[in-house]
Amino acid sequence: MTTVTEKEVAPKLLAKDFASNQEVKWCPGCGDYSILKQVQTVFPDFGVPKEDIVFISGIGCAARFTYYMDTYGMHSIHGRAAAIASGVKALNPNLSVWMVSGDGDAFSIGGNHFIHLMRKNFDLNYLVFNNEIYGLTKGQYSPTSGKGKVAKSTPYGSVEEPFNPSELALGAKSSFVARSLDRDPKHMQMVLKRANDHKGTSFVEIYQNCPVFNDGTFFAFSEKETKQEQSIYIEHGKPMIFGNGGSKGLKLDGVMPVVVDLTADGASVNDLWIHDEHDKTKAHIIASFFDTDYNGVAFPRPFGVIYSEDRSTYEVAMQEQINELVARKGRPSLDKILSGDKTWTIL
Amino acid sequence: MESVIENHVGRDTTLIESDSIVIRFSGDSGDGMQLTGTQFTDTAAFLGNDLSTFPEFPAEIRAPIGTTAGVSGFQVHFGSKEIFTPGDEYDVLVAMNSAALKVDLARLKKGGVVILNTAGFDKKNLNLAGYPEGANPLEDGTLDNYIVHKIDVTKFTKECLAGSGLGMKEIERSKNMFVLGLLFWMFDEPMDYTISFINEKFAKKQDIADANIKTLKAGWNFGDHTEIFTTRYKVAPAQLPKGTYRNISGNHATAIGLVAASELTGLPLFLGSYPITPASDVLHELSKYKTSNVKTFQAEDEIAAICAAIGASYAGGLGVTTTSGPGMSLKTEAIGLATILEIPLLIINIQRGGPSTGLPTKTEQSDLMQAMYGRHGEGPLPIVAASSPADCFNTILEAARIAVEHMTPVICLTDGYIANGSEPWRFPTKDQLAPINVTFTTEPNGPDGTFLPYKRNEKLSRPWAKPGTKGLMHRIGGLEKQNETGNVSYDAKNHETMTRLRAEKIQKIADYIPLAKPDSGKETGKLVVLGWGSTSGAIKTAVREAIADGHEVAHVHLHHLNPFPNNLGELLNGYDKVLIPEMNCGQLLQLIRAKYLIPAIGLSKVQGLPFTTVELKNKILELLK
Repeated sequence: MTTVTEKEVAPKLLAKDFASNQEVKWCPGCGDYSILKQVQTVFPDFGVPKEDIVFISGIGCAARFTYYMDTYGMHSIHGRAAAIASGVKALNPNLSVWMVSGDGDAFSIGGNHFIHLMRKNFDLNYLVFNNEIYGLTKGQYSPTSGKGKVAKSTPYGSVEEPFNPSELALGAKSSFVARSLDRDPKHMQMVLKRANDHKGTSFVEIYQNCPVFNDGTFFAFSEKETKQEQSIYIEHGKPMIFGNGGSKGLKLDGVMPVVVDLTADGASVNDLWIHDEHDKTKAHIIASFFDTDYNGVAFPRPFGVIYSEDRSTYEVAMQEQINELVARKGRPSLDKILSGDKTWTIL
Repeated sequence: MESVIENHVGRDTTLIESDSIVIRFSGDSGDGMQLTGTQFTDTAAFLGNDLSTFPEFPAEIRAPIGTTAGVSGFQVHFGSKEIFTPGDEYDVLVAMNSAALKVDLARLKKGGVVILNTAGFDKKNLNLAGYPEGANPLEDGTLDNYIVHKIDVTKFTKECLAGSGLGMKEIERSKNMFVLGLLFWMFDEPMDYTISFINEKFAKKQDIADANIKTLKAGWNFGDHTEIFTTRYKVAPAQLPKGTYRNISGNHATAIGLVAASELTGLPLFLGSYPITPASDVLHELSKYKTSNVKTFQAEDEIAAICAAIGASYAGGLGVTTTSGPGMSLKTEAIGLATILEIPLLIINIQRGGPSTGLPTKTEQSDLMQAMYGRHGEGPLPIVAASSPADCFNTILEAARIAVEHMTPVICLTDGYIANGSEPWRFPTKDQLAPINVTFTTEPNGPDGTFLPYKRNEKLSRPWAKPGTKGLMHRIGGLEKQNETGNVSYDAKNHETMTRLRAEKIQKIADYIPLAKPDSGKETGKLVVLGWGSTSGAIKTAVREAIADGHEVAHVHLHHLNPFPNNLGELLNGYDKVLIPEMNCGQLLQLIRAKYLIPAIGLSKVQGLPFTTVELKNKILELLK
């Protein structure tokens, strides 16, 4: 009771209350600063006491995030944050668990854990800072780098097909898939709130500029000259509109996405595809239209909540099974467990 | 030691009393030999015999039928005296087919009894077992030195179950019950235990239960009514210490030990595991105890398994991971993380033959050096090892105590031999178990209300503040930490300080563990046999026999491999010679030589099989010459 009263009277926290006493050491101009700021800005609104928040990260520039949040946290080993966070949440479902990875940490060395985390659906939030490059090891191509990427280890260009992270997450049965970017603070704050509200594993891909090794990779989606033409901000229940001054839209012809010129005669917003974030089939189309070849037609990059689904979370299902067993069978005494069913006595 | 105690009136049957008997049940993987052996064992245990078992099965689930690759054996040694090993050689061999005889005849005592299922010795089976064309061990004098009973078990089982309504496959599957019934008759043991087992197991399939019981009784009656068997054996109850016992395997004892560790520490238990032979049974067994504050998690791989356990420990639980050699290799990086985090964690390695996939179903003790040194960087960890199936329980409790009281991961070593083998266990009651102290920090421990996660106590262990604790928010990680604050530090001197503090903390555990003392023999003398892990039973038997023969020899068995007990060097120096038998190429041997600079002598065996008493005794006698 005391705790409840204290919480009731506790003043609302401020963004600066979530900053740890450690000096932030990312490169000047790194997109990570913006992400840290947005996280610290929205956390007070969540109303979760600081002591109930845990950040788990792997290795990489992004993974240092943990040290900068005045919450509980573990900066662990490369690729394994998902597994560690699973253990934290399974043991104590009351904790608010956040994970931070880069694209290498999440999709390369941690790829196996990533897909299994998605299907298991613990109630936690996974922020992946995608900069399409290895930063901490000084500039090698990553599993999200485009084909042909010239980097330290690929002086003649990468020959690999990159992952499309949202498509990967959907294929792995993610219950929440969203995308935002470092240079759109308001949008990122909205997506972070949605992730926090979602019960299940919220996968948030955040495009993040690496000014040292991959500068400008996402400028097409963030700078005003190109942003409107090349990106689409999707919202549940709203028509799919993009382009300069909302001049374009998307509609579906069967399962084929089609770009509609809204300035053309007879074209109407009413004919457009209305985004339904609970429709998995369409979510797959949204996740993949920008890197799928539809007869050479270019599609914009989607930002926002691509997919969300309510389904039971791992830790709740685990606990419910235990509760049901306890109710049905009761808890045996340790003495009963030690003796087992078959004993004999020597007098 | 055998003595004739009775002649049956009206039948020419002799009842011989024996102080110990070894039986080997051997057959094809599908012949049910493990079940037959287990049922015989449980009955012998009920009758008060001391015993030790050795199940031995192929890595393939269904190796080609009838081949030597598919032979599955179960060896049980039971007696009216104390039994510490499954026996070097057997008195009775049950061979269900040609391959079983081919594989296991070599270790049947000369003059021993062999019971053969003749249906397994037709031309086809002889060929499958690899006997040359025309050769037949039943006819060529191979069995001249043994007492041979040829029985067409398959035919009798079919006759017994004719009209039962069961299919031929199910009928054939019952033939192990015929053999079991016959063995019960031969050793004058009751069938009640097995009958109630069958009724429980097939509670929902009454026709199968009835068929098995009918066949079991038919086997008994076959012994009783035919005049083939002229000798029965009686093994009196053993003079074991007073108390209540159960039969237990090492993996089962490990699982129960974990449940007990959870209760004694008051911590929720979390097992992260990935299936691997011979460790999977711990995951299976522990998963049955979900009502006892236990959560089990079958992870996507070995790395995820230990990482989830690390997460659970970080969150304030008792994190545990179970595995075997190859899995241990995969977990290595995560063990390093747990080492630098300094959090409690139990890492249980049920060793098997290696390297690589090696011998998955065979035993070995070859992961000691891996436990000791298998991490990059300087990262010593405490290591404990179980010496017998029942000792797995004590070992787990000791590991848990060290983990939470000293804030460290602990490596527990068992192996396939004791994991699958079983013995009678005079189990403790809860109030006989020492409490394990866990203290979660709830108050700041630094200046101005700050929290210093790496400020150490007298054991050099750090405070454990779990997430959810108000005011103690802190970050830990794999990067080197500043002393006391835990903040990231690349300072040169600080790294050396922290490296030494972590090592000193582990060494300090030696002040909190028992001193080494001989299990058998005196504290000084001509020879000491120093063992660790599952070699205990064979060493104990060999040393006790040598002492009984008047030799000046002792047995010291190590339960703590790191750190060693404080008096170990002094104790070993009290003997003229030190012999270290190991199922590896001399790993403890190197550690002892390096640490104490004594010319210890090794006895090495890497055949996937435990030592026999004779092998050890011969070496002891050689060194005493």
